[in-house]
Amino acid sequence: MSQSKSASIMDARILWPAIGGAFRKLNPRTLIKNPVMFVVAIVSLLTSVLFVRDLLTGGGDFSFTLQIIIWLWFTVLFANFAEAVAEGRGKAQADSLRKARTETQAKLLTGDDRTKFKLVPGTSLKVGDAVLVEAGDIIPSDGEVIEGVASVNEAAITGESAPVIRESGGDRSAVTGGTQVLSDWIRVRITAASGHTFLDRMISLVEGAARQKTPNEIALNILLVGMTLIFVLATATIPSFAAYSGGYISVTMLVALFVTLIPTTIGALLSAIGIAGMDRLVRFNVLAMSGRAVEAAGDVDTLLLDKTGTITLGNRQATEFRPVKGVTEQELADAAQLASLADETPEGRSIVVLAKEKYGIRARDMATLHATFVPFTAQTRMSGVDIDGSSIRKGAVDSVLAHVNQSISAGSGARPASDAVRDLQAIADEIGKSGGTPLAVERDGRLLGVVHLKDIVKGGIRERFAELRKMGIRTVMITGDNPMTAAAIAAEAGVDDFLAQATPEDKLKLIRDEQAKGKLVAMCGDGTNDAPALAQADVGVAMNTGTVAAREAGNMVDLDSDPTKLIEIVEIGKALLMTRGSLTTFSIANDVAKYFAIIPAIFAVFYVAPGQTSGPLQALNIMHLATPQSAILSAIIFNALIIIALIPLSLRGVKYRAIGAGALLSRNLLIYGLGGIIVPFVGIKLIDMIITAVGLA
Amino acid sequence: MTLNGWLQILVYCGIVVLLVKPLGFYMYRVFNGDRTFLSPVLGPIERGLYRISGTSEREEQHWTSYAAGIMFFSLASFLVLYFLQRLQGVLPYNPAGMTAVEPNLAFNTAVSFPTNTNWQNYGGESTMSYLVQMAGLTVQNFMSAAVGIAIAVALIRGFARASVKSIGNFWVDMTRCTLYILLPLCIVLTLVYVWLGMPQTLGPYVDATTLEGAKQTIALGPVASQVAIKMLGTNGGGFFNANAAHPFENPDAISNLIQMVSIFALGAALTNVFGRMVGNQRQGWAILAAMGVLFIAGVAVCYWAEASGNPLVHALGIDGGNMEGKETRFGIALSALFAVITTAASCGAVNAMHDSFTAIGGLIPILNMQLGEVIVGGVGAGFYGILMFIIVAVFVAGLMVGRTPEYLGKKIEAKEVKMAMLAILCLPLAMLIFTAIAVVLPTGVASMANAGPHGFSEVLYAYTSAAANNGSAFGGLTGNTPWYNITLGIGMLMGRFLVIIPALAIAGSLVAKKTVPASAGTFPTDGPLFVGLLVGVILIVVGLTFFPALAIGPIVEHLAMINGQTF
Repeated sequence: MSQSKSASIMDARILWPAIGGAFRKLNPRTLIKNPVMFVVAIVSLLTSVLFVRDLLTGGGDFSFTLQIIIWLWFTVLFANFAEAVAEGRGKAQADSLRKARTETQAKLLTGDDRTKFKLVPGTSLKVGDAVLVEAGDIIPSDGEVIEGVASVNEAAITGESAPVIRESGGDRSAVTGGTQVLSDWIRVRITAASGHTFLDRMISLVEGAARQKTPNEIALNILLVGMTLIFVLATATIPSFAAYSGGYISVTMLVALFVTLIPTTIGALLSAIGIAGMDRLVRFNVLAMSGRAVEAAGDVDTLLLDKTGTITLGNRQATEFRPVKGVTEQELADAAQLASLADETPEGRSIVVLAKEKYGIRARDMATLHATFVPFTAQTRMSGVDIDGSSIRKGAVDSVLAHVNQSISAGSGARPASDAVRDLQAIADEIGKSGGTPLAVERDGRLLGVVHLKDIVKGGIRERFAELRKMGIRTVMITGDNPMTAAAIAAEAGVDDFLAQATPEDKLKLIRDEQAKGKLVAMCGDGTNDAPALAQADVGVAMNTGTVAAREAGNMVDLDSDPTKLIEIVEIGKALLMTRGSLTTFSIANDVAKYFAIIPAIFAVFYVAPGQTSGPLQALNIMHLATPQSAILSAIIFNALIIIALIPLSLRGVKYRAIGAGALLSRNLLIYGLGGIIVPFVGIKLIDMIITAVGLA
Repeated sequence: MTLNGWLQILVYCGIVVLLVKPLGFYMYRVFNGDRTFLSPVLGPIERGLYRISGTSEREEQHWTSYAAGIMFFSLASFLVLYFLQRLQGVLPYNPAGMTAVEPNLAFNTAVSFPTNTNWQNYGGESTMSYLVQMAGLTVQNFMSAAVGIAIAVALIRGFARASVKSIGNFWVDMTRCTLYILLPLCIVLTLVYVWLGMPQTLGPYVDATTLEGAKQTIALGPVASQVAIKMLGTNGGGFFNANAAHPFENPDAISNLIQMVSIFALGAALTNVFGRMVGNQRQGWAILAAMGVLFIAGVAVCYWAEASGNPLVHALGIDGGNMEGKETRFGIALSALFAVITTAASCGAVNAMHDSFTAIGGLIPILNMQLGEVIVGGVGAGFYGILMFIIVAVFVAGLMVGRTPEYLGKKIEAKEVKMAMLAILCLPLAMLIFTAIAVVLPTGVASMANAGPHGFSEVLYAYTSAAANNGSAFGGLTGNTPWYNITLGIGMLMGRFLVIIPALAIAGSLVAKKTVPASAGTFPTDGPLFVGLLVGVILIVVGLTFFPALAIGPIVEHLAMINGQTF
């Protein structure tokens, strides 16, 4: 399901089923969901019945009426076709997903002992069952790892072939049914019953089966129904006006006028636009749980972005060693390197690298040094080593200072010079102000200095934020850093605001505050503690690597787990809304030309002066269409063909440009409003020339 | 067209624009309940009225109660007016000895005045007693205007307030409007009109002997006071049958100018009230600009058509514009201007006979009314009317900037679209359906004065005028028949209440919504782009609705005239 697999309409795999689908969708129960096309179908049926009656009784212009009827039915079929094509593209993806949903055998654990299991069909699993999945096994259903670590191939859903690590505890504990364990084993507690798994949900979403009309779509449908009713009034009163004026207008002509006037173009393409919008997200490896979420994405006013991984590269790197007075750089580098030898965090490794590159300190073996590693804990907020009764600690400045003071009161260290403390704090402040993170280092209660860890802001991110600002979206950086550090990074990255030392509660409060101001908020998150905020946000994008809780709370899932995608998601949402508005405008603007084609054609018979062939209203035939029949036929053919012509645009979407709302509106008004007035004049004239040339009317 | 003619038109526009800010400021303060220079005098009266009626300015209403208040008030107005007419023969102040008005004419008139239509299927001086004119018609002139303005203000509150339930108190809004705005202005206007020579008397009609020795009865009455509110409240119901063409109702060019200005004054100022209430006066100016574009275009076409005259008449060797049915003291420019103003606003007073206009000159008044009288419009009604179109315009265009639609920070959703479409739909429903029936019904056709397209225009004009609550008549059509009395009455009711209820429902829905702050992503609704968009949407929606009807009426008549064909 990678982006390269995007299928065009001309793809035979989509085209043929869609043609079949167009006919299947003639079912009234399906049609009624689209009020405008339902009305077209009814009047087509009415005309067809009248035609058959005329055929039996004789009389009437059969060839003309038949052609009108054929094009009326084509109008309905083209609309169905548009929807079927949009669904077809999703179906192709659903089929590839279905392959992953093959019948699997699950190893249902009967007790705590992982050797005792029985083989059962994957579909028989219930929520809460514990299963064992070993190397080579397909994970039978969605679940949470409760024991073990394994590398898992999730290509079936993400299209990404590089394996990912899934382990119990933490934020990478969720596994998805249909993915394959490559190495090791895990014990999984099942969280979704068969038929309700993530994969099942994905399939129904991309197929459009679970699609419901979004609020904006409902409102637009009301507008379209209203327009249709207006044209019912406009056309239904014509027979009486005609009778007064001493003329007669056939039902076929009235129906042709009515169908060309009602907003069939947007009516036909509306659901295709919606499906295509979801589909564009899917191609982008983002799964929206509802169309409403995609719509909300277009409306987002505030974007909450986690600093790490979104604004900055995932890890901070050591860039310099800053010793306090009386300590050499070499000494500090040596201690810091020792403390980091067994530290597997990216920061730890970057210290080792810096020490080697700058001071030539080679990596040493922990075992030969009789060193024991003291890992980082949330309580101490420090890590380090103990070597032969000597201890080295590195960590946050205040924790290291607290640790030093504690060891003094415990009598195990020399009193640190107050100079050293002041010096250390000065250095730390300086680093903090520049946006870096100071990491204090001490050895046996003696402060040595500070390692400068620096956040590396991603390239090009500043420009993205500038673009967002033009879109009217405020960006807020969320970070656990202190306000000073956060401010420096915020300034460097160009975000509008930041939330420093953020706890999950702060995040939730920020979202609520923004919403109280009437703003729509988007955020992404992966941890269980993000779940409340994800649920509160209007657009909550959960990372696929995240926990089950996070995935349940969000209304979108990013299969690539790439938080920068929020920006594109917003653009896709906007493109969806723009496509809807543009085609509605186009559809309504089209009517002007259609009036000028049909009104003279049907009204030219009134008040014909003696000695003349047509009445005064013939003057309105500004397109000089050949005959009344050709004029009406051209209008109805244009009306049907424009649906087909606009299918690619409705699937692709009108591209969003961050050029400011005013400029964007005038651009779209020019293209779809003014263009919508001009295009049918040209189109109808051309069709008229063609059908006159081939003698159809 | 002459330079002089255009200068008069521009002077008129200038005066209206100059009045917008001061009047808007004053009205804004009145509806906010702030202190004004009239408060020392009117404050005690206002509070006394609340005490008597048992309401209070602190008692705010949900939109349903507000709407219920209006419905109840309108029904009461209808009943009072109906019985006043039926019983005028036995009631006082009837020096001319008028007898009871017959039932279906009384129905038509009793609907006509409370709906601010003031369609007159009667001749004032030959049908109504002074009591009916003053206690019935003039009172309704005030009340129907106050109701319209109150609704507009309630709808504005829908945009201006956020996250609350109430849209104001109908009784308070109406009292304030009458007391602080309509009454003081009318007193001043009445005195000016009397100074300009309009009669204001309760005395009987005067008999005069003409030079030829014939006896002529000259109708008089309390004319000035009724004319003041008739124009200011965009009512348009004349004291005399000839309306503002009658020398006692409109003596000279000055009274003509004052009357034209007072038709637009309050409606135009409401755009400023809107701007002030939503905290950005430019929003109000943008709406007024859209109205202005439509207005100037209408005046230009109408004036051009009338000034060009009829080629068939020119062929007879008579040059010049079309003076048929126009007063020489007003001329072509001021007659065309008056016709466009009176139909742009839902006034309906006439100083020339629209029936005698050229086909295109007559098309403009019809189109103006079909637009729903949103060009300044009836006091209040024009403003809430244009807000319906704004909702449709921002709904479609708003999507094109990639956001779900919003206007002034309020999201436009299914409910608003539904109500706006309902309001927009009810006008063609009444105008087209009744016209369609009338033109094939023998009784309907029998009332026409002309055959062919012109006869059609007469009927189309009548129903358009009724449903738009305008009240001006094309002339020619004999409206005082049971069929027209009843159907025109129904048309007026539809045009009034099927717009009012949805408008208030929108107010109720909007007032409960949060206000989304504007950002670079929301499209500005106070600039030329929005003005152009709004004008385009109004013209396209209305144009598409009425094009077939207009084609069979004025358009075919015009084209036939060019071909030398008459009917």
